Amino acid sequence: MTDLDSKPAETHLAPLSHATLPGWAPWATVVVGLVVGAIVGGVMLGGGVVATVVVAWLVVVLALPLWSRAVEGGRKGTDRLVTVLVWSTFGLAMIPLVSLTWQVVSKGVGILSPQFFQNSMAGVLGSGGGIYHALMGTLIITALATLISVPIGVLTAVYLVEYGKNNTFSRIITFLVDVMTGIPSIVAGLFAYALFVAFFGPGVKMGFAGSIALSVLMIPVVVRSTEEMLKLVPADLREASYALGVPKWRTITKVVMPTAVAGIVTGVTLAVARVAGETAPLLLTAGLTNYVNFNPFDGRMTTLPVFIYYAIKEPGIYAEEMTAYAWGAALVLVVIVMALNVVARVIGGVFAPKTGR
Amino acid sequence: MSVTDPETDLQPIGSTSRAGDTIFRGLATASAVVIVLALAGVAAFLLAQGLPALDGAGARSYGYDNIWVYTGPLLFGTLLASVIAMIVATPLAIGVALIISHYAPRRFAKGLGWLIDLLAAIPSVIFGMWGIEFVARNMVPVYNWLNDYLGFIPLFAGPVPTSGRTMMTAGLVLGVMALPIITAICREIFAQTPVMHQEAALALGATRWEMIRLAVFPYASSGMVSAILLGLGRALGETMAVALVLSPSIVVSFNLLTAESGSSSSTIAANIALNFGNASGSKVDALIFTGLVLFVITFAVNFLGRWVAARAVKKG
Repeated sequence: MTDLDSKPAETHLAPLSHATLPGWAPWATVVVGLVVGAIVGGVMLGGGVVATVVVAWLVVVLALPLWSRAVEGGRKGTDRLVTVLVWSTFGLAMIPLVSLTWQVVSKGVGILSPQFFQNSMAGVLGSGGGIYHALMGTLIITALATLISVPIGVLTAVYLVEYGKNNTFSRIITFLVDVMTGIPSIVAGLFAYALFVAFFGPGVKMGFAGSIALSVLMIPVVVRSTEEMLKLVPADLREASYALGVPKWRTITKVVMPTAVAGIVTGVTLAVARVAGETAPLLLTAGLTNYVNFNPFDGRMTTLPVFIYYAIKEPGIYAEEMTAYAWGAALVLVVIVMALNVVARVIGGVFAPKTGR
Repeated sequence: MSVTDPETDLQPIGSTSRAGDTIFRGLATASAVVIVLALAGVAAFLLAQGLPALDGAGARSYGYDNIWVYTGPLLFGTLLASVIAMIVATPLAIGVALIISHYAPRRFAKGLGWLIDLLAAIPSVIFGMWGIEFVARNMVPVYNWLNDYLGFIPLFAGPVPTSGRTMMTAGLVLGVMALPIITAICREIFAQTPVMHQEAALALGATRWEMIRLAVFPYASSGMVSAILLGLGRALGETMAVALVLSPSIVVSFNLLTAESGSSSSTIAANIALNFGNASGSKVDALIFTGLVLFVITFAVNFLGRWVAARAVKKG
């Protein structure tokens, strides 16, 4: 019904390609922005680096979309604008990480010396003190919390994955673990305090109470990560084991757990890293002391975060020295926490079972 | 008994393994029960120590008529700080999550995600020190500028303290602390958006932003809401950063830029940390009661967050 010989009118078709900015356009805009920023913000307004960056950002956020709009059209211009804004959020999010790391390292590194690790604050007025007591406190309290949380957390996860099979009780447990994840750390501290007051009377402070408070925060993290890992273990492995006549508990301890162990260790290490930096619960339960205390069941026990908090908040008359101690202790704490995180990632990365993703 | 009967030889193995099974199952169930008991304990002990404060003795010893006059302003301050935190953290977190899931080259995306995770690992007391030393100091010119030009709005009324330790600073620090949580959840969900939807949008000629707006955001919307609620849960319960930046006060004030006593709010968690050391008797009860209120609020927010997330899973 149509005349196949007639050629379609070429002029009615939109062109298949349209003008685009060259690939170097964004980088060129950034360079121009920095130059303009340095001249206008840095020199003319005298604002230094901050003004340079702000002016450069303004130049880029205006120039690139407008240039793109002129050459490529409105929709592409909007796309360029959003791209600039999204990368800006990332730049902004890096400011805390970089400035925090820089501050902790630059302010904390000066005080580090062998005696800073060997001395406690016992009888120290001004200089000559150290964090030995706080380091030991952190070590003991965190270790106790780990000893309490890991068996409970791992076994609960085993129950949920291997025995519970989505029955009512296991759904209640899952819900309660969710609730526990959301407990604010200071409320965990209040709980441990209230618990120990019931047995030991008002004003009680001891390291073990701190461990209990930390366990409340740690158990849900351990349950969650262990549960995830156990779920990743293929059902084929369990069925193969059952088919060989191995009882369920041997299957769990000899087949399922070894397969998931890397992930579980990763989860536990991350949980330890999290509670090692907790301050609020220990403030209420373990308190502050200047002396070394190795007994978690008797008397106050200082940890690194609590030591830092009091050194900043109530430095007394030797404010300068106390602030220096605080930054030194902060550096040590950050190094411990980061090391635990790196160890966890390495274990998780190297030994993780292949999940196919 | 006959030695050659295979049945009797096998029987002991069967019975011991059944005993092992019973014991192991019992252990697993027992630890699940311990979690129930622990939470029941948290509730019971907080109630036992906190409810006596309802008679108002603790509040009166702090100089207030009843417990609600004491708790109300703190609750207000807690919400105010958390709202500032969310206003700061939400756009940043969504942007960063988009970078990791869609914008950054694949090779770098994982490393960038790892950097943000590092932020989550930093202890809160160190965020507090950073808040005093970096945020507060460097924001003073910005606060002064806001106060000069927008000071007629009560939010930005002065005077701005030279230390910069104000509600705004506390909110900013809380925002930075909530950022990695929101980012982590958002980037998971952005990455789960069906590739088909995205490719279909691109094939129709959508630009990258149009693709994200039309394919990624609608798919991820409830996940994003849930992420924001869980971030809010963290900001509500955060103690040390606020305790280090702000001084204790029992005031309802929208004023974000001043540290004058009587016109700057504080939060529940910070108030407990700052006052617990010198509290005794009924004062402790009052503080524990405020902790109970905080527990209920964070529970509600977290519950809402998980409910939204669970509903999204069913729908998707």
